[in-house]
Amino acid sequence: MKIEEYNLMLSRRNLLKGTSGFTAAAMIGVGATVATAPAFADATSDLRAAILKIPGVGKGQPTDADWQKVGEMCLGATKASVKQGELAGVELSFMGLNNQNVHNVLFRGLSKAWADYTGVKINWIDLAQADYNARLQQSIATKTVDFDVIEMGAPFEGDVCGKGLASEMPDWVKKQIDMDDIVNYLKPPVGTWAGKQYRVTVDGDCHNFNYRSDVFADKGLGEAWANAGNKTPWGVPKTWQQVNAVTKFLKGQKMDGKDVYGYLDPTKGWGGFAFYFLGSRATAYAKHPDDKAWLFDVDTMKPRVNNPAWVRAIQDVVDSLPYEPADQLNADPGTTGFQQFLAGTGSMLSWWGDIGTNVYTNDSSTIQNKAAFDILPGSDDVYNAKTGKWDKLASGPNYAPNLAYLGWGIYVMARVDADPKKQKAAWSLAAHLGGKDIALWMAAYPSGFQCYRNSQHNIDEWVGAGYDKAFISNYLDSQFNSYNHPNGAIEPRIPGIFQYYSAAEDILAQIYAGKVKVQEGADQIAAAWEKLTDQLGRDNQIKLYKGSLGI
Amino acid sequence: MSNDILSGQEAVSGQVSNQRKTMGTWMVQLATFGFALLVLLQTLTATGVIEFGFSSWLPVFLGFGLWGVFLCWGNILRLGEQGWRALFVLPAILLTVALVIFPTFFGIYIAFSDWNLSSATGQHFNGLANFYQLLADYRFWNALSNMVFYVATVVVQYAIAFGLALLLNTEIRGQKFFRVAFLLPFMLSPVAVSWMIGKSMLEFRFGPVTNLLRNFGWENPSLLTTPWLAKATLAAMDAWVWIPFMVILLLAGLQAMSKEVQEAAKVDGASGWQGFWHVTYPLMLQVSMTTVILRIIFQLKLADIVINTTSGGPGGATDTVSSFIFREYKDRSNVGYGTMVAEVYLVLIIIFVSLLLKLSSKIMQRQGA
Repeated sequence: MKIEEYNLMLSRRNLLKGTSGFTAAAMIGVGATVATAPAFADATSDLRAAILKIPGVGKGQPTDADWQKVGEMCLGATKASVKQGELAGVELSFMGLNNQNVHNVLFRGLSKAWADYTGVKINWIDLAQADYNARLQQSIATKTVDFDVIEMGAPFEGDVCGKGLASEMPDWVKKQIDMDDIVNYLKPPVGTWAGKQYRVTVDGDCHNFNYRSDVFADKGLGEAWANAGNKTPWGVPKTWQQVNAVTKFLKGQKMDGKDVYGYLDPTKGWGGFAFYFLGSRATAYAKHPDDKAWLFDVDTMKPRVNNPAWVRAIQDVVDSLPYEPADQLNADPGTTGFQQFLAGTGSMLSWWGDIGTNVYTNDSSTIQNKAAFDILPGSDDVYNAKTGKWDKLASGPNYAPNLAYLGWGIYVMARVDADPKKQKAAWSLAAHLGGKDIALWMAAYPSGFQCYRNSQHNIDEWVGAGYDKAFISNYLDSQFNSYNHPNGAIEPRIPGIFQYYSAAEDILAQIYAGKVKVQEGADQIAAAWEKLTDQLGRDNQIKLYKGSLGI
Repeated sequence: MSNDILSGQEAVSGQVSNQRKTMGTWMVQLATFGFALLVLLQTLTATGVIEFGFSSWLPVFLGFGLWGVFLCWGNILRLGEQGWRALFVLPAILLTVALVIFPTFFGIYIAFSDWNLSSATGQHFNGLANFYQLLADYRFWNALSNMVFYVATVVVQYAIAFGLALLLNTEIRGQKFFRVAFLLPFMLSPVAVSWMIGKSMLEFRFGPVTNLLRNFGWENPSLLTTPWLAKATLAAMDAWVWIPFMVILLLAGLQAMSKEVQEAAKVDGASGWQGFWHVTYPLMLQVSMTTVILRIIFQLKLADIVINTTSGGPGGATDTVSSFIFREYKDRSNVGYGTMVAEVYLVLIIIFVSLLLKLSSKIMQRQGA
């Protein structure tokens, strides 16, 4: 769980709101909770309930001692596969992030008991997010991989697994981490290359739709909407067509005396990450249910970014910008999420799971209890890249959640394979951190990681830990309905994917600033991507792209 | 071998025996041969011709250091006192070669290669392709044209800095406090300034500056979304950081100036403006030229404030060549093309600054400074 989500549970407002239920739970105690929840009756459930009490929701942010305790309690699976002291003498280098003082910092505590039990010494390499990509790329390019285990995002799998730098996951690890429990979209092909499994997933990521529930329940705006000649009832948009119409309508409208705005588009580059936000607008148009690909043609790597679907998405942004806040041209995703949406500007936003819960906890948030979540909007029609026509689906609007970034995973590097003892140590560590029970704890407390297992959707467990049922249900539904959607737009895990995104950001900025026309700009992006594909090796990219889509 | 030979006492005395000369020559030649062999071995390994070399170039780098030691020692043995004299500069020259000259030329080699860190095929020579790409890259020309604007603002910065320097040079109350206060912006990291001013004070919704502008009647004071205004705003932020640097230099010049000359001008009936224009300013011309040229060199490297505040936007309106190179390297791992842009920019800077120095020299000659 992201720190902000956890802070939600600590906010005074929520504590006051949940006092009665939480007090009652405390009075009844763990034993009574177990007694009233049959699903918790076995030893595993006891363990899950017990770790969720460390330190306990509402009792402050977990400390290193808490992390160590949780790590110790979740050692059962390790003990089944490794004898005490069996791996003594092994040293592992673990490279990861130190974002928000979690990630690697948290892993240290969670793996302390594991290291004591196995006898392995771990050397930690901590990196800031901004340095991560460059450090990894340099290690790969200069053949100086100096780490045995790495915390890495799925988009980099092409750079690492595709180049044979990762170690294949042994079967015993697959059993230990219960691979079947992983949500559908993170199952193979994610984490695999050429049919080989490489990744121990520890996180889930996707864009969902965050909206202002108070805006779409406002009677005054509803009347104004009707007076403006709209025949559909005033409510939460379900398609991008509706999002665009609402955005245009809300310009100049006021609620509680303040300006109301509609959708917020990030238009400023963000090291390639801003492209995800155009992707969220485009998936419903570009991701056809009959076609796994949506960004490139699988057989040629010909970019689709200048096809009618993407051009429509870019045009939507251009058309919407005049109706968005005046500073939108200098707004990156961080601005739209944290300085605009949380501060009460804008009523609709695509973002990763973090933002939705920040609305309750961030000190600058003015929209507590005024936000709700859903999967990304759909589209009345979807472009069929194979026929070159727009299709209207018999099932209704086309929904295609943008499964952006695909979360973090733990990967073991191939350099440990030469030493069976070291290899076992590395995989045991990865399996420990990617374990089923530890995953629940990481999703419930600040860790930098979100849900990624079906078992984490057990609302009763969360409520048992002290979470508000309505909040956690709505939030988890928006996440899991995206994860498990049959038409999810999968991130292309090919080498240099962020280079494609970054190149697009530069040209998109020109389009948004009105310097280049939409189709012309889209063609420029496509040309830049073609050049990049040639530079990176077209045949190899085609092979890896197909692999990433499971074709 | 005598101790005198090894210690070099014989050399200092001016006497260099044939034995020493032979030994020194052999030492230099053997060291050079050994180092050349090491380079050749590693080059063949790196190009895949042989397989038994080192896994990295680090031994070659260490070998260069060792070669340098033997070169110095051998020179002392064979050249005597002349070798000792060379010892004062030779290590510095070797360091410069290793850390400045070699990287520059190696950069030229990289600039002529197609090298993307994510490429499956790695680095390979691609001739002038990167150069041609640069010629056709409107983003580069856009950034370069923006640099003309940013450099032009140095004139305004100089005028303000001169005014402040004159002020701080007068006997005013709290003079020491103001001198330190005016220096404060220069002590701040431009990155901190980007966040403090660009991201906070100028923030559209809650920034105190934008709120102040609203109070003055500006309905939507979005300073960073209109191209010309965004460029001017960034130039102002940059000026705020760097004007103190110019003030320091100009103030030092003013304080070094003889007050008798100015007093003589006053006695002769010159007004304040006449005293400044006909006495102070001409006498300050040399310092002024140095200040402006130094400032222009710094300005040509402008990147941090732009990267953090606007990322070069809106639509490239505030982009600089350095921030463009930064994106090419960091976000796109495009080492070959990024290096070509950097090398071409370096050449342009060298030409521009050379012309500037020549021009300043002419101006000063004309003024008799």
